[in-house]
Amino acid sequence: MAWQWFHRLGSPKWFYEKTASWAKVLGGLALVMLSVGVVWGLGFTPAELKQGNSYRIIYIHVPAAAVAMAGYYVMALSGAIGLIWRMKLSFMVMKMAAPIGAALTFVALFTGAVWGKPTWGAYWVWDARITSMLILLFLYLGVIALQEAYQNQDSADKICAILALVGMVNVPIIYKSVDWWFTLHQPATLKLMEKSSIAPEMAYPLIFMILAVYVFFAWLLLARTRVEVLHREAKTQWVKDIVLGEK
Amino acid sequence: MTFYFSSLHDFWWMDGHGPYVWASYAVTLVVFIALAAAPIRRKAMFVKQQRALLSRQSLQSEV
Repeated sequence: MAWQWFHRLGSPKWFYEKTASWAKVLGGLALVMLSVGVVWGLGFTPAELKQGNSYRIIYIHVPAAAVAMAGYYVMALSGAIGLIWRMKLSFMVMKMAAPIGAALTFVALFTGAVWGKPTWGAYWVWDARITSMLILLFLYLGVIALQEAYQNQDSADKICAILALVGMVNVPIIYKSVDWWFTLHQPATLKLMEKSSIAPEMAYPLIFMILAVYVFFAWLLLARTRVEVLHREAKTQWVKDIVLGEK
Repeated sequence: MTFYFSSLHDFWWMDGHGPYVWASYAVTLVVFIALAAAPIRRKAMFVKQQRALLSRQSLQSEV
């Protein structure tokens, strides 16, 4: 009995029906939170003492990077669940997480490069944090490319899950790179256990933006997976009913 | 909470850092809009294709 929900969750039809209202709520919440967070960070926080106003890039750079890394765990663990319990829905989540993760990694790298110019005097430096983040981008792109390379969806899912799991070793390296190697990149600004090295009036909008990007990620993943369910179940009667019922 | 900048011009210029800050936010906005639009477009395409397919099939079965 206790495991019934787990098996139900693996049922594409059940998932599609139950998540309809969730998708709407998360989508609306993401839009509101991102708008509030951006206005807050751009206009209602003080400038930083040394970096001036360029530091305002932090409100998109750090959230994008944090969720890009967390998203990799989501992708890899979904792949693992798919491999272990042969759950198709889990493979769909894995496949749908990859493009979102790649886009967020790109945003983190791009905003980091633009922030680097006024702060370090260079758009790009080959240091540990930035290089390991670039590897994260290639891992995401690798999963996307592998999905395209296989005609058979089952083979593609399994191979991608293995690649995603192997690549997981990179995530703690990114996280720890600023402590392990000498680097230009500043160390973590927000800390859970000790005092953060950032003033509260800058920390609150930053935490808010991190939450906003998490909600945005959750909505995107849900919305994408719902469409993927329709694609993979296209031949079933319940999907045909949905197609004919759409206005 | 008050608006940090003294004028809209200051807000735009940001003591010379404006181009960096606004470029970052603009690119992020474009990427986020593309991300949000992707599943909506993909579903619309799917419904359109499947409906065409289903109507072809029902025509064939009538003949």
